[in-house]
Parts: sequence; C-alpha cells; structure tokens
Amino acid sequence: MNDPVVARRPARSGEPGAERGVAAAPHASEAPIPPTPEAPETPKAPHVRPGDRIFRGLATGSGVFIVALIGAIGLFLIVQAIPSLGLDNVNFLTSREWNTSNPEDLRFGILDLLLVTVVVSILALLIAMPIALGIALFLTQYAPRKLARPFAYVIDLLAAVPSIVFGLWGLFVLGPELYPVSQWLVDNLGWFPLFAKGNVNLQLGATVFTAGIVVAVMILPIITAVSREVFERTPTMHVEGAIALGATKWEVVRTTVLPFGKAGYVSASMLGLGRALGETIAVMIILSTATSAFGWSLFDGGATFASKIALAAPEFNDPRSAGAYIAAGLVLFVLTFVVNAIARSIVAGHKEYE
Amino acid sequence: MSTNLADPTRLATPPTFQSVSVSRRIKNGLATGLVWGAFLVAVIPLVWVLYTVLERGFPVILDGDWWQKSLSGLLARQEGGGAYHAIYGTLVQGLVCAVISVPIGIMIAIYLVEYGGRSKLAKSTTFMVDILTGVPSIVAALFIYTVWITYAGLGRSAFAVSLALVLLMVPVVVRTTEEMLKIVPDELREASYALGIPKWKTIVKIVIPTALSGILTGIMLALARVMGETAPVLVLAAYAPYINYNLFDGPMASLPLMMVNERNNPTQAGYERLWGAAITLVLIITLFNLLATVISRTLAPKTK
Repeated sequence: MNDPVVARRPARSGEPGAERGVAAAPHASEAPIPPTPEAPETPKAPHVRPGDRIFRGLATGSGVFIVALIGAIGLFLIVQAIPSLGLDNVNFLTSREWNTSNPEDLRFGILDLLLVTVVVSILALLIAMPIALGIALFLTQYAPRKLARPFAYVIDLLAAVPSIVFGLWGLFVLGPELYPVSQWLVDNLGWFPLFAKGNVNLQLGATVFTAGIVVAVMILPIITAVSREVFERTPTMHVEGAIALGATKWEVVRTTVLPFGKAGYVSASMLGLGRALGETIAVMIILSTATSAFGWSLFDGGATFASKIALAAPEFNDPRSAGAYIAAGLVLFVLTFVVNAIARSIVAGHKEYE
Repeated sequence: MSTNLADPTRLATPPTFQSVSVSRRIKNGLATGLVWGAFLVAVIPLVWVLYTVLERGFPVILDGDWWQKSLSGLLARQEGGGAYHAIYGTLVQGLVCAVISVPIGIMIAIYLVEYGGRSKLAKSTTFMVDILTGVPSIVAALFIYTVWITYAGLGRSAFAVSLALVLLMVPVVVRTTEEMLKIVPDELREASYALGIPKWKTIVKIVIPTALSGILTGIMLALARVMGETAPVLVLAAYAPYINYNLFDGPMASLPLMMVNERNNPTQAGYERLWGAAITLVLIITLFNLLATVISRTLAPKTK
C-alpha cells in the first residue's frame, strides 16, 4: 500500500542541525547555511546554553511524567485492590454476587457487571457503527461543500453535551417514549432471550435497551470524527480515477473511499467501544438496579462497572469495601486499555493515514 | 463529394458516455438516501435533548435569584434559592484544573514536536497520551481517590476533583497543541536559529506565539469538556447546598453534583433545580465553545 500520492512528513530528529538543514536544502540554492550560527571551535562538544538545557529538561520531564502517570494509575489501583481481593469470600471473576456492606464478610464478583457492561456497549456499538459510517460518508462525500463544515459542527455538538444531561434525558424523556417499542419486542419476540421480559419495570424504561441507545448517541461523534478524518485522506487520484471510469457516486465511495478508510473506520469504532465501556453517569442514571441477576435480556436492569462504582462512590468509607470497587475499576481500566491499544495499533499499521 | 448513404445517425465509434444502467442508478440513489438519512437520524437526539433542556430549564434561569443565591437552608420541597454555589464550584474546579494541566500539556506537546523526534520515549509518550484519552473518567477519579484519600489521608475536597480532571484534560491539551505546533512552518524556526537565538527562546517567542490561537482554542474546548464531567465530583467531593469557597476543605457543590442530588427529589422544586442546573451547565459549556471559536477567529495569525 505504498502510495506515492500521500506526502510523507520529513523525518524529525531531536537537534535542529539534523533535520532543519535537510528541510532547508531545496530552498537554499547557495551554499547550505549551517543551522547553528555559533561557529563552534570544538565541533564535537557544542556549547549548550543553560536555558536550553533547562527547557529541554522540562519538556522531556513532562513526557516522562505522562508515561509514569499511566503506570502509576495501574500500580495504585492494583495495590489498593489486592488486600480486598484477598478478603473476598467468593470468586472475583465468576461470582455474580456483590455485597460489600459488611467489610468483615466481603462477597463480590464481577461476572454480572461484566455482562451488563459488554451488552450495553455492544448494543451501543451496533447502533452507532452504521450511522456513524453514514454520517462520515455524508460529511466527506455527499454534503454540499459549503454546508459540510456547519454539518460537521452539528455532529460535534453532540460531544459537547455533558453525559449527565444525556442520562437525564434518557431516563425522563427517552425511556418512557420507548415503552411501546420495548413492549412490542417483548410481546412478539419474547421467545428470543435478548427480548425476553426483564427483571425491571418495562414502563419506566430504565433498561439496558435505553442505556444502549443513549450510549450509542454519545459515541456517535467520536466514531464519526475519526472516520471522517480518514475518509478525507482518500487520495484524490483514486477518486478521480474511479470517476474517469464512469463510476457513479456510490461506486466511487465503494471502490476508493471505503477500501482506503476501512482500517480507520474499524479503529474509530474501537475507540467508540472504549468510550462505551467506560461511560459512567448516563448509564448510572438510566439503569435501575435489579434484585435478580442479569438474564441476557435487553430489558433487564443491572449495573455496569462504571455505574456500580459511581453509585457506591459517595459511601466509600472503609478501605476494604472501597478496595472491592477499585478492583472492579481496575478491570475496567484494563478493558479500556486493551480496546484503545488495539484501536491505535490498527491505525499505526497504516502509514498512509499520517 | 461522397456521402455515406447508410444510416446517417450511426456513430463511427461507440459512444464514450453511455447511460448508467437502472440497477446502478437505483443503488446510487439508495446509498445517497441512506447517508442523508444517517445524518438526519443523528440530528434527532441532539435537537430532542436541547429542546428538553430548554423547555424545562429556561423558565428557571430567568429568575435573578438563580444566579445569586444558593440552596442554603431550603428544604427539598421548598421552591426558591439558586445555583450560585454550584456554578461557583464548577467554574473554580475547572479553572484550577486548567491552571495545572495547561503548562503540563503544552510542555508535553513541545517535547513531542521539538525534542522527542522518533526516540523511544517520544513514541511511548504519544502512546500513553492516546491511552490517557481513553481512560474512563471514573477510573481517573478512583486513581485520585487512592492517592489523595487513601494514601495521603486527605479528605474529599474540590482540589481532589480538579486533580482528577487534570488527568482528563491533559491529553486533550497535548493533542491540540501538538497539531498546532506541527503546522508552524520550519522556515520560521530556521530564521530564528540563523539569528543566533537559542532553541528554547525560539520555541517560546516564535513557535508558541504563532500557534497561540489554536492552542487557546484547544484549551477552551478541553475546559468545556471537563466541566461537564460528573464521575470525579461524585467520587471526590461531597455535595453542599451552601456556598463553600474553600477548595481544600469541606464539601463543595458543582452543577453535575447538584443534578445527581436533585434527580431523586420528586417535588416541583426538585424538578426546577434539576433542569435549571442542566441548562446552566449546557450554557456554560456553550459559552466556552463560543469563546474558542472567537479566539480562533480573532487571534489567528495573519496569513497576508
């Protein structure tokens, strides 16, 4: 996939001398000017000004800081979680029980949280992926040129709405509105486990179904923005070639834009999945807690990792109970880390996106 | 002289442009309809959410008291009072967060663009910034909880909230600043070096000012984003219905926290406070977004 059309950024290296000289060469028809003007008498050890050294140290230090920070997040969460995991009286990974009210007898397992989190996220992703693809194609290929920017701004506005507002809207407005739809699904497709009658009141709409739809709306902007950026980089020559062969607009998209942007789109969707997994407040507000375990129905209640932690957060008092939630947070951190890392590595394999 | 007596409409060569077959036209039309449909489908929730917030919250914020009073001393069902305490909390927590994260974020971006090159550290820094972008806000809050409350033994406070917000704001600042620094032309840097100006002074006096409008825009957008975050305030600060100016001690309200608190209040007063706080938060975020647009328009470097 080495494409000559895609301009490569010149390789950068640390010191000004190394790359500035190369970059300047095409312009300088005379003798190349040495980029560091102080003619060093001892070229092997150039004089470095103290200001330079301090500034460089600060900048590099900030870089180190951020790397250390991620390590620290993982480390602190692990250190906090381990004692509670040791006190756990049920299996952390396979139990569906979650009872931390008595620090002397901690019983917590993440299976239920994991299932609800995954089902909400997958539902959100299934709804958001095709719509985001449509919007990204619309904004890059179909929208009238003059309107493309304001339209893109409208989609970005979705990202500006705070998640708590989405949550309140989902619970008080969307949930009740969805009742006829969910009732119909339960009545007619109830034999299918996903649409079975759930363990919470259907009328209130405080279900996985509502949460999934709201989270889908919330991850739309990120999937759209990243896919759009990739689609915009489709080499013009590919597009023009397709047009010259008599392709219709759709055929241009299908033969040039989609194959070029496919990896970017998949990566964008993974980023969206990462967001969905970690979405906290909207899910916390919408999902009502259920007394019975999650039964694979979209009309169940329950809690995701993030919403469980957020619900319990104001009452973190005993470090042992808090540790149980921190262990759940650690699992969430690992999950999102893996999903995001996959998303980045997909794009990193495609030099033409740079 | 000689004329072709055969069919005069016959072309010498088959036509270059043939009409598009019906099935291809149908497919094309279908695709066009679908992408327009996708866009319209996405606009529905946006309009719906904004309409809900406006319709329910707008009458509340017209009252002058809303902006000047707190809920101190009022019962859950008593109407009146305002959101001054929560607005103060949101703005101050956001501001403190910005004061900490902007220098760190800009320095990381400078490192990545000007110093890092293709070194291993630069690569892992880029990777970690990406990862930090994806860290859920609740995990950031839990991290600060373990450091600040469990290890340092300090209480819940507004400053802890700001620290958690820093984790969410830094990657956004780094990304936008990095993009801006990259598009500063190398010619400007070279001209500066040619005058014998050290690298750090070139960065501070030439590169940053050139990229300033973009950097400020990014900061405003990042600030707008973190002020709507609810998870950190939920974990790290307790709600107070009264005004608390002290960042380091005691419970402090903020708009998201006020909404979380009032959402279970079934009275009319609760309804008004809930949606009043929602529209106030949306307005503040819109204001910062507008500010970002204004900055990028007015401070953009003159191209001519």
